[in-house]
Amino acid sequence: MSPLAVGAAATDTTRSGREGWGPLPRRPRPGRTSPLLTIRAPISRRSRLTLAVLSLALPFLAWVVLVASGVVPSRFLPSPGAVLAAGIGMAESGELFADLWATVQRVLFGFGLAVAVSVPIGIVMGTFRAGQALFEPLISVLRYLPASAFIPLLVIWMGLGEPSKIALLFIGTVFFNTLMVSDVVRGVPRPLIDVSYTLGARRGEVLRKVIVPHSLPGIVDAVRVNAAAAWNFVVVAELVNSTEGLGYRIVRSQRFLQTDKIFAVLIVIGLCGVLIDVVLRLLRNKVGRWTG
Amino acid sequence: MKLELSGVGKSFRTGAASVRALDGVDLRVASGEFLCVVGASGSGKSTLLSLVAGLDVPTEGRITLDGAEVTGPGPDRGLVPQAGTLYPWRTVERNVAFGLELLPITPEDRAARVDWHLAETGLTEFRHALPRQLSGGQQQRVAIARALACEPEVLLLDEPFGALDVQTKEDMQVLVRQVWRDTGTTVLMVTHDVEEAVFLGGRVVVLACDPGRVAADITVALPEDRDLDIKRHPDFLALRASIEDIVRAQHRAHTARATAGGR
Ligand SMILES: Nc1ncnc2c1ncn2[C@@H]1O[C@H](COP(=O)(O)OP(=O)(O)O)[C@@H](O)[C@H]1O
Ligand SMILES: [Mg+2]
Repeated sequence: MSPLAVGAAATDTTRSGREGWGPLPRRPRPGRTSPLLTIRAPISRRSRLTLAVLSLALPFLAWVVLVASGVVPSRFLPSPGAVLAAGIGMAESGELFADLWATVQRVLFGFGLAVAVSVPIGIVMGTFRAGQALFEPLISVLRYLPASAFIPLLVIWMGLGEPSKIALLFIGTVFFNTLMVSDVVRGVPRPLIDVSYTLGARRGEVLRKVIVPHSLPGIVDAVRVNAAAAWNFVVVAELVNSTEGLGYRIVRSQRFLQTDKIFAVLIVIGLCGVLIDVVLRLLRNKVGRWTG
Repeated sequence: MKLELSGVGKSFRTGAASVRALDGVDLRVASGEFLCVVGASGSGKSTLLSLVAGLDVPTEGRITLDGAEVTGPGPDRGLVPQAGTLYPWRTVERNVAFGLELLPITPEDRAARVDWHLAETGLTEFRHALPRQLSGGQQQRVAIARALACEPEVLLLDEPFGALDVQTKEDMQVLVRQVWRDTGTTVLMVTHDVEEAVFLGGRVVVLACDPGRVAADITVALPEDRDLDIKRHPDFLALRASIEDIVRAQHRAHTARATAGGR
């Protein structure tokens, strides 16, 4: 068959069977929509700012209205002013900072330990099939055991002091972080590893000079996600039995029906969380500048 | 002989089925030669290069470099894959320096070698750029410079310009030809582009499909001094057409077999 004949066959529109079809209906064009409702469309700076302010202002407004209307007694829902006053009071007496420091310290120890253990194991799991075969079955099971269910056991084993709280934090974050790190490491493209061998790199050098640097931004991302979990677990741990810490402050305030203090502590926890997130995000952008 | 493949075969097991990628490939590449292997997609070109690179082991047969059997990857066989194998966190110059950083040489020595290879591949002004800031063609220049900096005995090119537009591709072809003449490196390049193979190669080997084996071995009787104009020369066109006929015949036979036998 000549090339011309092939071309003709491809554009032949009179092949039998086609005449019976009516014209294909065309749907009317949809009208133009605002970028706010268009999938993945960039929005203006003003819209973004307005929406961001609204997302905080609306709940705050609802709070003010609920309190002012008296629908909810102030014993249950203190006014923003009362919460601010309670917060200032706790700050002035110094108990807020003592509590905050106690909590931060636990996070640093417990989550720091979890990171120190999970990152190397995750790298081994993501690099060596043997590492994956060895660790994955155990960790996949352990990850489904709720960390808070370990509290009674940990108290029996380690008592009511610091070790059991740090252990809870550790258990609550180490397995997830390991699996997330191993996923990141497994994402290093095979061709990049292969080409490194052809440039003369040995196994250890591939690990150090290719796998680790490529995974670093993803590892920081995993740590950022799990830092939020750590912050949750530390408060849970402190609810049980402590003499200081933000969780302890919440329990104690409950005993005296000081909802204003509870709200103040919750806001402090939220702000700290945002602060940690921002710091880790900056770190991530610094180590991952090349990801663009 | 620089590089010698004798009776090289490769099968892949995927679950219960087995894919025969290469079968009885005999290939000899002389020192300083530029050999192009052409074949349709799926004819085992990449497999061939990864066996030579030592990234995979042949199911049967032997591969030797300067008489010594290839048992694993090493800097004596530099590889340039199709795209996307630069270290994205390293600047251009540090990508080129990668292999040199692993060797006991002074920083001055290393810098001089990096400078030379950047200049040779026209990358000097981009030396501080990150890979993602470069065009596809520039990225491939970096990959070539990085492989060459290790002074490989054989440079292995796996369809290195397959993802580039025609104009950039021609620039790269001229560059590779020039680099080959400047360095005297033995080059083994695989491509599906017959024109490219004829323009670059001193010899063109056609790989048949399924399983991949050598279907033809053609010496390119064109002057050593080639520029892009030669692509319009009657001798070039005739050679290109005759090789394309072989590739097409192989492809047809393969398609017919696949349709008839359902593989
Ligand atoms: N790792 C692998 N596992 C299974 N089959 C493979 C693998 N690599 C290649 N193949 C098969 O081997 C044949 C040749 O592949 P390849 O060498 O990539 O061809 P080419 O580079 O010429 O397009 C194809 O049929 C492909 O599916
Ligand atoms: Mg290929």
